[in-house]
Amino acid sequence: MFKNHKYIAFETIVIKEVRRFVRIWVQTLVPPAITISLYFVIFGNLVGSRIGDMGGFDYMEFIIPGLIMMAVIQNSYSNVVSSFFSHKFQRSVEEVLVSPVPNAILLGGFIVGGMVRGLLVGAIVTGMALMFVDLQIQHPIITITIILLTAVVFALAGFINALFANSFDDISIIPTFILTPLIYLGGVFYSSSLLPPFWQTVSALNPIFYMVNTFRYGFLGVSDVSVGPAFVILIFFGVVLFSVCLMLLNRGTGLRS
Amino acid sequence: MTTAIAISDLTKIYANGFEALKGISLEVQQGDFFALLGPNGAGKSTTIGVLSTLVRKTSGTVEIFGKNVDSHVYETKLDLGVVPQEVNFSQFERVKDIVMTQAGYYGMPRKLAAERCEKYLRKLDLWGKRNDRSRTLSGGMKRRLMIARALVHEPKLLILDEPTAGVDIELRRSMWEFLTELNESGTTIILTTHYLEEAEHLCRNIAIIDQGRIVENTSMRALLAALDKQTYIVDLADPIETLPDWGDVPVTASLLDSHSFEITVAASLTMSGLFKLFLERGIEVSALRSKSNRLEQLFLGRLTDARGDVANV
Repeated sequence: MFKNHKYIAFETIVIKEVRRFVRIWVQTLVPPAITISLYFVIFGNLVGSRIGDMGGFDYMEFIIPGLIMMAVIQNSYSNVVSSFFSHKFQRSVEEVLVSPVPNAILLGGFIVGGMVRGLLVGAIVTGMALMFVDLQIQHPIITITIILLTAVVFALAGFINALFANSFDDISIIPTFILTPLIYLGGVFYSSSLLPPFWQTVSALNPIFYMVNTFRYGFLGVSDVSVGPAFVILIFFGVVLFSVCLMLLNRGTGLRS
Repeated sequence: MTTAIAISDLTKIYANGFEALKGISLEVQQGDFFALLGPNGAGKSTTIGVLSTLVRKTSGTVEIFGKNVDSHVYETKLDLGVVPQEVNFSQFERVKDIVMTQAGYYGMPRKLAAERCEKYLRKLDLWGKRNDRSRTLSGGMKRRLMIARALVHEPKLLILDEPTAGVDIELRRSMWEFLTELNESGTTIILTTHYLEEAEHLCRNIAIIDQGRIVENTSMRALLAALDKQTYIVDLADPIETLPDWGDVPVTASLLDSHSFEITVAASLTMSGLFKLFLERGIEVSALRSKSNRLEQLFLGRLTDARGDVANV
């Protein structure tokens, strides 16, 4: 029995995950940077100059927090879902399943791997944004906490998707048909005050709406919602998703026959 | 002697209702080189899957070195190394990274992991390929990589599920030597194979599994002793046109061509007795070899008997 075996196993999974997405950086790090830059140029610079102020800020400044959040959500999720499903598909997941790695460590390693990619892409996008505007962070603690919690929650959601996925189609359905619409309708590009009352109510049912607005509050000091609900929602989803992931791993769902 | 594996009343019914294991019980002693044989779909891989926890058993108990696999997860997994039938490592990773990562899963400190990685990659002739992507390896190299990976934490028990399938003869022989050396150094080895010659050559004890049941579990020596007939191919020094009269000796023989014939005799007949038989009939033998693998005859015989027994129940 090796001393610190759990920590070493955890570190091994994280390093393996980071090494994977860095190895294929052209697929993992470059596309989000290019896509988000296009958003900055088209929506922020070209269209934004005609829109004028939004929520009391220049339109470019207004959309930047949402675009960073979008990058973190998409990349935390997609890193875990694609990596873990790829392990299942190639059966290399058996390497870790036959080893004495506890399920919580296995889960934690993949989640941290997803978070690292999400946050790295978020940092790249922030760096790109700095080329367009002079960013100020009004509430650094809120900004950092909300982005970390968001990365955790979506990495966990990606893990559940990977456990149930049986084909590569299965890992693209949720990002395409659920995640992307929720992000776009989550107030990345507009203030909910522009919406008719009915759609304001519908937006209030979208958890990403709270995350985007709270993150924007951290950056700009303005938000369509109060800060508290976003933390409650994220912590609630974090605990629930972590528990569900562990339960599924303990049952061997999608992994052990 | 310590028991390496103790399986008791193990059953496995898959979600589709297929009953892969119907209450098997099996013991393998520490230090043994044990063959688990059976036709395709007999339950060999399911049994290995249960031992490695990739397959969840329906009922029964499994102990590895006296520890229950359900209650002593860390210890039992630390004692076990598994080489699966099919390649199950990432095709995009480097050879060295695959072995190092596996060592990390077992919680091995990096320095020790690097030493073990080099040790086993060198032993299995893969050190020169350590920086290559695994997908570029040949089939035989991939199998050797899986062996190196399974050994990096130096388990007391190594299970190999058809390790030499699709491997050329030269490489198979070198793997036999490696496995024999490993077993002699104290590692208990369980082998499943379709090459019965391999099992006969390497293993001391054997279990035959068929349709989810153990139909034979004995020592290789005892099993081979049960063989009642043996067939040889005899090459002749001088050509003959017809076979001689064998008299009262219970043999069956047929001429293959003017320079060779096939003869089936009682397994109890010694080589001296056999040559005496030839000498008395003026047959000059230039070479003699066993026609078929002896274990193969027994294996097929046991399967036929077992299926007959089940049908008669």
